[in-house]
Amino acid sequence: MKLHEYQAKQVFADAGIPTPASTLATTVDEAVEAAEEIGYPVAIKAQVQVGGRGKAGGIKLVEDAEQAREAAESIIGMDLKGIHVDRVLVEEAVDFVNELYVGVTMDRNEGEPVAMVSTRGGVNIEEVAEEDPDAIAREHIDPAFGMQPYQARKVVYDAGVDRAVANDVASILRTLYQLWDDRDGADAEINPLMVTSDGEVIAADAVMNIDDDALFRQPELAEMEEEAGGGDELEAKADEYGFDYVRLDGNTGIIGNGAGLVMTTLDLVDYYGGAPANFLDVGGGAKAQRIANALDMVFSDDNVDSVVFNIFGGITRGDEVASGINQALEQFEEIPKPVVVRLAGTNAEEGMEILNKELVTVEHTLEDAVQRAVDYAATEEEA
Amino acid sequence: MSVLVDEDTRVVVQGITGGEGKFHTEQMLEYGTNVVAGAVPGKGGQEVAGVPVYDTVQQAVREEDANASVVFVPPAFAADACFEALDARGLDLVVAITEGIPTQDMSRVYRKLSETDTYLVGPNCPGVITPGVAKLGILPGNIFSDGNVGLVSRSGTLTYQVVDNLTNRGIGQTTAIGIGGDPIIGTDFIDALELFEADPDTHAVVMCGEIGGEDEEEAARYIGEHMDTPVAGFIAGRTAPPGKRMGHAGAIVSGSGTGTAESKISALEDNGVPVGDTPEEVADHIEDLL
Repeated sequence: MKLHEYQAKQVFADAGIPTPASTLATTVDEAVEAAEEIGYPVAIKAQVQVGGRGKAGGIKLVEDAEQAREAAESIIGMDLKGIHVDRVLVEEAVDFVNELYVGVTMDRNEGEPVAMVSTRGGVNIEEVAEEDPDAIAREHIDPAFGMQPYQARKVVYDAGVDRAVANDVASILRTLYQLWDDRDGADAEINPLMVTSDGEVIAADAVMNIDDDALFRQPELAEMEEEAGGGDELEAKADEYGFDYVRLDGNTGIIGNGAGLVMTTLDLVDYYGGAPANFLDVGGGAKAQRIANALDMVFSDDNVDSVVFNIFGGITRGDEVASGINQALEQFEEIPKPVVVRLAGTNAEEGMEILNKELVTVEHTLEDAVQRAVDYAATEEEA
Repeated sequence: MSVLVDEDTRVVVQGITGGEGKFHTEQMLEYGTNVVAGAVPGKGGQEVAGVPVYDTVQQAVREEDANASVVFVPPAFAADACFEALDARGLDLVVAITEGIPTQDMSRVYRKLSETDTYLVGPNCPGVITPGVAKLGILPGNIFSDGNVGLVSRSGTLTYQVVDNLTNRGIGQTTAIGIGGDPIIGTDFIDALELFEADPDTHAVVMCGEIGGEDEEEAARYIGEHMDTPVAGFIAGRTAPPGKRMGHAGAIVSGSGTGTAESKISALEDNGVPVGDTPEEVADHIEDLL
């Protein structure tokens, strides 16, 4: 789960990290009022989770009330890379002399957290990492002991941060690590961390991704996710059903069990010349109703021209899957899109017997099932 | 011969009184696994499927000589269960089935693991099976057959698919290890490959990887430098878009483009490992290598 900028800033500010004065606004009038109160210049920033907001016209710097109104009118309600903008952050513009980067993330290869600092903030840090890896100083943290004060200083000095502000930056980094640790962060970063001409250090942006698997013990953050809303409609529906679902842009719908096998099914659709419409994992041990919900999900995607069901039962039982498919399809007078089914593993034979073969096409191998679904999708698309 | 699991494996099931724990204990027993104890705090003295339950893992080790554990404990308590298993002294193998353990919890378990000689397989894995001997976990025993191919995989159902393709051709397995789909896992590809390389009965190995992280790349280099046993590979997630978690918490191509299927496939091929485009092709490669 990714916090919105305004949410992450609030969390950072509450922990004592200096952030610019800012107010969240959902209407043009609120935005102008907030700008007047903060004092110009201010930045008006769309609160949506897409990369490159600025370039897409989602961030505007304004000098007076008239400009503020104009900017708010253009941003609130706009469609930013497919996402509707319903709120903006009105924020004091910081006059900076330097932009730094600080971040904390889990280094999965080492199995432990890593803190990172760079004097090349304000730009895409992943590009910096690629072009000039030495421009980012790193310090691994022992998760049993947490970040020691010296480690914060060390990584800040290693990065070449000006000694006049080094202590302040190190202190912000320690707070950021503590936040990451307390709040089950996946990543926490400040980019840019601005240094003003008076030597103040301010978090001008805030990124906080939370480990989805830890949300059960972070109720406050889970609430923020609900409050924020937004995102893809179908992905929201999948959340309700409790499916692992990712929407893609092809036309062959895919339902399966187990992440690796579903990914493989997607890959095979591509391999046989089709294009996958989605990733949908029903998980282990799915019962009939869950299978019916999965079909409902995939049918509600207008792009889908055919569906392939690929189940290899371990704890999932073929007969349960078959009755779920029947249950879902028998509701229709006419099947909306052709469905190809391949069952293997636990109770696959029982499942094959139960399946209503007037409603679905049955195939016996993964490869055949995928090829059949790709053929159907191509035919439907032409029709 | 086999790796990790054999006739002498004596299993304690942590979380044996829960729904999953009970069901799979019965399945493991039916397969022939020597399940000697359960461990659930507060449930000591009970029996599940004829297996005595103890309050702590250490009691189960002391009283029943358990030397391996399988963890079916819910995610919020699973890291604690792993710590308990690692501290019990006497377990050579801990298999953590639980999906959804917070990553920071696993980071601490991983730190603890580095101080022990125990193998921790998982979490978020289907387990380990030595066909015809024993299984620790949730793998469906009936699709496996004994033979001389080792298998290591990050995904459960993909393992079943590949095993099915092998078994259908009469190619059996020494041991299959599901190492799990989380970003931080205990036993990794290299650990498993080392075990197979040292096992004289394993004549070839299938390695099923997926997008995310760099474990497959590191394993590919290990194979190139240290292995005589031939390996065939498969990588899932060629069509996965960057930044999206594909079911497994660990299956994600980062925004900067690390963890891609292409990078893993080319690392394997550069080290002499043929990679199948389909699971069927993996079985073809294994047939050629044997």
